[in-house]
Amino acid sequence: MNYPSDLKYTKEDEWLKTEGETGIVGITDYAQNARGDIVFVELPKVGTEVVAGKPFGTVESVKAVSELFAPVSGTVTAVNDELATAPENVNKDPYAAWMIKVKLKDSGEAGKLMSSADYSKYAAERG
Amino acid sequence: MSVSAEATTPALRRTALNPIHRQMGAKMVDFNGWDMPVEYPTFGGIVAEHLAVRTGVGVFDVSHMGDIRFKGPRALDAVQHLTMNDSSKLVDGQAHYSAMLYPQGTFVDDLIVHKIGDNHYFFVINAGTREKDWDWVRQNVKGFDCDARDVGNDYTQLAIQGPKAINLLQKLTDVDLSQIKNYWFTFGKVCGLDNVMIARTGYTGEDGFEIYIPADPQVSARVWQQVMDAGKEYGIVPCGLGARNTLRLEARMALYGHEISEEITVWEAGLERWCKLEKPEFIGREALEKQKQQGIKRTLVGLEMVERGIARDGYKIVDDAGKEIGYVTSGSYAPYLKKNIALAYVPPDKSAVGTVHNVEIRGQKVKAQVVPTPFYKRPKKTS
Repeated sequence: MNYPSDLKYTKEDEWLKTEGETGIVGITDYAQNARGDIVFVELPKVGTEVVAGKPFGTVESVKAVSELFAPVSGTVTAVNDELATAPENVNKDPYAAWMIKVKLKDSGEAGKLMSSADYSKYAAERG
Repeated sequence: MSVSAEATTPALRRTALNPIHRQMGAKMVDFNGWDMPVEYPTFGGIVAEHLAVRTGVGVFDVSHMGDIRFKGPRALDAVQHLTMNDSSKLVDGQAHYSAMLYPQGTFVDDLIVHKIGDNHYFFVINAGTREKDWDWVRQNVKGFDCDARDVGNDYTQLAIQGPKAINLLQKLTDVDLSQIKNYWFTFGKVCGLDNVMIARTGYTGEDGFEIYIPADPQVSARVWQQVMDAGKEYGIVPCGLGARNTLRLEARMALYGHEISEEITVWEAGLERWCKLEKPEFIGREALEKQKQQGIKRTLVGLEMVERGIARDGYKIVDDAGKEIGYVTSGSYAPYLKKNIALAYVPPDKSAVGTVHNVEIRGQKVKAQVVPTPFYKRPKKTS
């Protein structure tokens, strides 16, 4: 499985990419694989405040509903609307299928997340 | 293989094909105490499995299903007493959908009754209710000159489903499958095994067959492999319980514990077509007769989501004021129809096709509309 080294990772299987003051959020390869065919993605509106560790949206596979957790706190500045009609993009390329962009509230928060190497280990432990 | 075997709770029951599923990389789940494949990600997963059955062919291990055999001079009387459909109408080699009911007209289980011969009937029952069904049968056949036996562990049951199922299975048997009509069955040689029950039945809304072979692990593995090989030219995919559920949902087939249960009556579930009140006696008949006059308080409908969202099992149906008026029994994305569909109990006066309901999804009211069912009906075959 693939965990790009320029991203940070959460225990709930989201990835975060930071570009200046902006954080880009999606779910990991492990997450898309564990969930199976993703058929529905529900995301917040632009302007919504998200809080690190708190739910900000939902992904649903054929079988199950799972919550999305914000890796960092901030204000949503963009939402990937494509996922409303093409949720399968998350399975096809979970790192291209970003979900939200956030204006970071605290640039230090990202540092608390897992590195690619740590997440890779964490994912492997769960099989 | 020993590693994956250790990872499983020892209490879980396994079919003879369990090692094969694991070898094929199936994602396994605890289904009513059985360690069963939910999907085979290496073959594309639930959506691919579902589509293979609608357009080609798929194979399911459904050996967790139970079987009860009735034999004896009063086997028919026992079956008639236990079930709601009229088995006196069956001829040898014919089967029908039926159910065992409690005296209050609710469900012990739904099942298929096969008439093998005079004084010889065969039930196929749900996995999750095997013990309960068997206890119920044992109690209620007392007094009939009929030997009932739980033979659920004797068989590996494979469901070969899809428009190409007939082409596939024909390569493995000398029985002329085109002569077996829907819900009929016969016995014949399959993969070199004599006297295999071959039934044109299934739980997918598609054409297909179910075969009952000895539960021996080696024999089962060999037949599974032969089915996979014979199906290669039709793009066969092994299918798990995930696709089994979405397929049956599109076809509006009931699932025990969801559309039918110990709380739900035959009339509510809309299964009157298979309930024969003209039969003089069966368990549950009296209550159903009464309820027929009294009318029902809820009825099962098909819903299609109008707004974005997926109605899931147990979600509430609420009126505009937010008051609960019903609930969803099964709901999913429908892979072939590419829509979000559900089955739900609602008040009868709000069950007409076109009625718009609110499904409560994560605290929000999301609109869904009553639509005709089955959601999916297979195209009529010319042959």
